[in-house]
Amino acid sequence: MSTSIHSIAGGAGITPAIRKRPRSALVRTLSTWPVMAALAMLAVIVLAAMSANLLGLADPMSINPMERLKGISAEHWFGTDAYGRDVLSRVIHGARISLMIGAGTAIAALIPGLVLGVIAGYFRAADMVIMRIMDGIMSVPSILLAIALVAVTGASLLTVLIAIAVPEFPRVVRLVRGLILSLRDEPYVEAAISLGTPTRVLMMRHLVPNTVAPLIVQGTFIFASAMLSEAIMSFLGVGMPPEFPSWGNVIAEGRMYFQVRPELILLPGLFLALTVLSVNMLGDAMRDALDPKMARRV
Amino acid sequence: MNDSTMNDSTMPVLQVQELSVALVGAPGDAPRHVVEGISFDIRAGETLCVVGESGSGKSVTSFSVMGLLAPDALRPSAGRILLDGEDVLACTPERLRELRATRMSMVFQEPMTALNPVRTVGWQIDEVLRAHSGMDAAARKRKILDMLESVRLPDVERIYQSYPHQLSGGQRQRIVICMALILNPKLLIADEPTTALDVTTQKQILALIQELQRSHNTAVLFITHDFGVVAEIADRIAVMNRGKLVEVGTRDEILARPKEAYTRMLVSSVPGLAPAARQAAEGDPVLVVKGLQKTYAERGLFKAKRTVHAVRDVSFTLRKKEIVGIVGESGSGKSTLARCIARLIDPSSGSVRLDGTEIATATKREFHPVRKRIQVVFQDPYRSLNARIRVGDSIVEGMRNFGVPEDEARARAVELLDIVGLEADTMDRYPHQFSGGQRQRICIARALALRPDILIADEAVSALDVSVQAQVLELIEDIRARTDTAVLFITHDLRVAAQICNSIVVMKSGQIVEAGDAAAVLTRPQDGYTRQLLDAAPGRHWDFKRFRRMEAAAS
Repeated sequence: MSTSIHSIAGGAGITPAIRKRPRSALVRTLSTWPVMAALAMLAVIVLAAMSANLLGLADPMSINPMERLKGISAEHWFGTDAYGRDVLSRVIHGARISLMIGAGTAIAALIPGLVLGVIAGYFRAADMVIMRIMDGIMSVPSILLAIALVAVTGASLLTVLIAIAVPEFPRVVRLVRGLILSLRDEPYVEAAISLGTPTRVLMMRHLVPNTVAPLIVQGTFIFASAMLSEAIMSFLGVGMPPEFPSWGNVIAEGRMYFQVRPELILLPGLFLALTVLSVNMLGDAMRDALDPKMARRV
Repeated sequence: MNDSTMNDSTMPVLQVQELSVALVGAPGDAPRHVVEGISFDIRAGETLCVVGESGSGKSVTSFSVMGLLAPDALRPSAGRILLDGEDVLACTPERLRELRATRMSMVFQEPMTALNPVRTVGWQIDEVLRAHSGMDAAARKRKILDMLESVRLPDVERIYQSYPHQLSGGQRQRIVICMALILNPKLLIADEPTTALDVTTQKQILALIQELQRSHNTAVLFITHDFGVVAEIADRIAVMNRGKLVEVGTRDEILARPKEAYTRMLVSSVPGLAPAARQAAEGDPVLVVKGLQKTYAERGLFKAKRTVHAVRDVSFTLRKKEIVGIVGESGSGKSTLARCIARLIDPSSGSVRLDGTEIATATKREFHPVRKRIQVVFQDPYRSLNARIRVGDSIVEGMRNFGVPEDEARARAVELLDIVGLEADTMDRYPHQFSGGQRQRICIARALALRPDILIADEAVSALDVSVQAQVLELIEDIRARTDTAVLFITHDLRVAAQICNSIVVMKSGQIVEAGDAAAVLTRPQDGYTRQLLDAAPGRHWDFKRFRRMEAAAS
């Protein structure tokens, strides 16, 4: 009996033709030069931020009235600010805060966003409730939230992080919910249901892994916009306490002396712009690489 | 490779000579050809059907003729394409654009995507005339309305003002044909123009193309995978396989006296309408469906509530070892019915009894043990397997859910892969490493893993090439014979149902219009709609398996 089956198998077209796995679209998209440049830029900033204490820089917080508003010199590559603090040191230490805010916000927004999004997308009953709450949260402007939080708890890294992450995470919920809604109709999910797969396993095995790629991409965009938001808040004085060397603070302090020492604003501004640009470019490239439609075209 | 030896005094409208198309790949690699050295020609008023399975290069050939190949992916590397003696491959882009509307034109598979959704169809047809003719607005409109009438559209003034979404699939395809033929081209390329349509609509469109071809003396290059369609309309047939031309000949030569082994294999795989000789199953009923209904309430803020009956009062019985075919056109409710039985959706009312146990109203908890007794194989083999999970894990999943020990489950999975004709090392591979037919076998293996009483095949072979389709049908039949599994076979294609089913249920608009023994339904249909379906089935006059016409087979 098994011979008849093997004769079927021997027919044309089904001889096990193993297709070679093409070089991953991710690798191909990421190896273009603008993306490589963005990666290099990020690597430099991350390394500098991580080893800020080892670089032999001046203390970013030590005030030295004798050295006020000195221009660019061999001793102070970026000059000094109105309190005589070394701007290069403040910018590099500021990278730490910016990156911490960026990464922290991305994680703080993605994790609850994923959990609530899966629940809202899968359980029709929960959908209505969760999404209306999300609509409510989205209507709170992050600056307003930050002002309120600073007034209640005082300015700190955590306050800033919460103020940025809270209005951001409902967007992640929306994204995940949409993905789950379309994944639910995939035949392989229906097949799993008819195989009696328990709901929890169904989610962990068949639904969540397929949301990871768009989530990573969304994460990079949150990363970039959180760094900008932090700079805006610090600039407005509702972010990091002024003595901390965050990019927003450095720019805010330089504002008064822009006509005398424009580099006080331009140099930290350049760092902020380049970092945000690099992260955004990386995110764009990843979106292109991970989008199956783009992958097919490449 | 010689083409037809017909000695006609008229010059062919289209001559394709030794055409090769290469993939534009990494420099340094040997060029890979998707089309290699093919030659054929088409005369005025003649229909040449290019037939082949997916990946045979038939669409690439038609795109080369139209000059529509994506330049960064595919490039003609050798040969000539002569349209009225002019080499299309040597034309400038401007000249090509001119040729495209006036001398040759194309009808695509999916009329919805071939039309611009935000413009009226009248405007879109007019665009062709505006670009290529010097007529004034009134003359253009008159010409368009005439043309709309000649493609047998009703109420042409209203159609002229309609947007694509307001028309049916058949009407949209008529618009596309109208657009293609309005400048009276010498060559019409039709790339699977009826594949997305229901059979009854398909029949009308095929008749329309033939009629217009006769009145305009157009040469037609008709690309299709469906031998039924070929048998209906072809004057000559070109068979392609893996980029090469296998055989060219008149319709009767190819269908009745194919020379090449590949052509023989392909033609004999084509399902015909002749019911396979099989008796009605006598086993005990496993599934009894009575008065099953599925309704959807459509609610709007300002609209009155409207109830849509997807399935209306459906009753039938499925016996052990029986294959019941549920046949209907799109929107007939056949898939909704299947999903109600598998409880992927909940039926609104009615009863479904599995071995006497009521399952239509069972709660989720009560239904869980029943799940493994009803398994489904879906239409699209590419979306039926989770791309991130190894094939073996997919097959084992159900058994794991029902507490089968891991090593026992894996051993059974290997056994199942053997049954569906795949090697044991399939277990550790990912779905993307397999072809559509192989994936469908994996899906069948996964469905069989729980030893179901009922296998629901929801258009399970519709997405497959005919030769693979024939193998999968054979596999399903083989499984039915070896186990006690009953099969609910859902299809839009009566020809496929004829191959495999013991009995056939015909559905229309959610209701059963006819049910009975397969042979009876196919040869002595009682209902008008069944007759209409049978009459529209392409290739109904041919018994492809025996390489002869049906009239001969019937006598």
